[in-house]
Amino acid sequence: MKLQYVIEDGTLVLMPEGEIDHHAAQSLLASMGALIDARRPMSVTLDFSGVSFMDSSGIAVILNCYRRVGEFGGVMRVVSVAGQARRVLNTAGVERLVNISYAE
Amino acid sequence: MKVINEMRLTLTSRSANEGLARAAVATLAAQLDPTLDELGDIKTAVSEAVTNCVVHAYPDSIGRIYIMARLFEGGVIEIAVRDTGLGIPDVEKARKAMFTTGGSERSGMGFTIMESFTDSLRVRSVPGKGTTVVMRKRLALRASGVRAPEAETGNPA
Repeated sequence: MKLQYVIEDGTLVLMPEGEIDHHAAQSLLASMGALIDARRPMSVTLDFSGVSFMDSSGIAVILNCYRRVGEFGGVMRVVSVAGQARRVLNTAGVERLVNISYAE
Repeated sequence: MKVINEMRLTLTSRSANEGLARAAVATLAAQLDPTLDELGDIKTAVSEAVTNCVVHAYPDSIGRIYIMARLFEGGVIEIAVRDTGLGIPDVEKARKAMFTTGGSERSGMGFTIMESFTDSLRVRSVPGKGTTVVMRKRLALRASGVRAPEAETGNPA
């Protein structure tokens, strides 16, 4: 799946686009991991405004990113999560661990 | 319950087919005039079931995944996802949240999500023979009280 990124005031903003399932997650994990490891940013934002669907593979992507950034003391948040992905994250209780904000 | 439509789909267990499976079932389910949330629930549940086949039933090989989806009068959809793969030695354990044998790329939430997003989930598995997952979901009746397939057939009421 497509992954764009920008760096805004020292924050690495990752913008995956499309449907996050097990198929897409394999390459997404690799490319997000490579970007984070190369730059070691103290702040990472996952912008989910372009994510039209995600299943539990998306949970693994978020938690993987969260752990990776936490390893060198950075913080991570997820923004603009739409309805269907929100239900998946709520069911798994991910917001108890990760800072998540939802799309209107 | 009377069946008003039925679909059978056989796929190889390639991960690229996960999206195909949920799109196909969602297209059938659309005939029941679901809400956007209901459609999202169905797509998510199918995605989890098919991913289990890809990751767990056929971990080192490509096998077949058999999907049967049926629509019933009154707005019920039933989705069966079957494989002839490894099977699950302990279904009760596999259904527990956060339990996974899939490593750090999996969340262990597949069955929990299938359970939460449907009304019922039955799992039958025989180690060495395969697994069948059957999910049912009743869609809320819309204000009109008429579901699309009944209206579309043109049958007298």
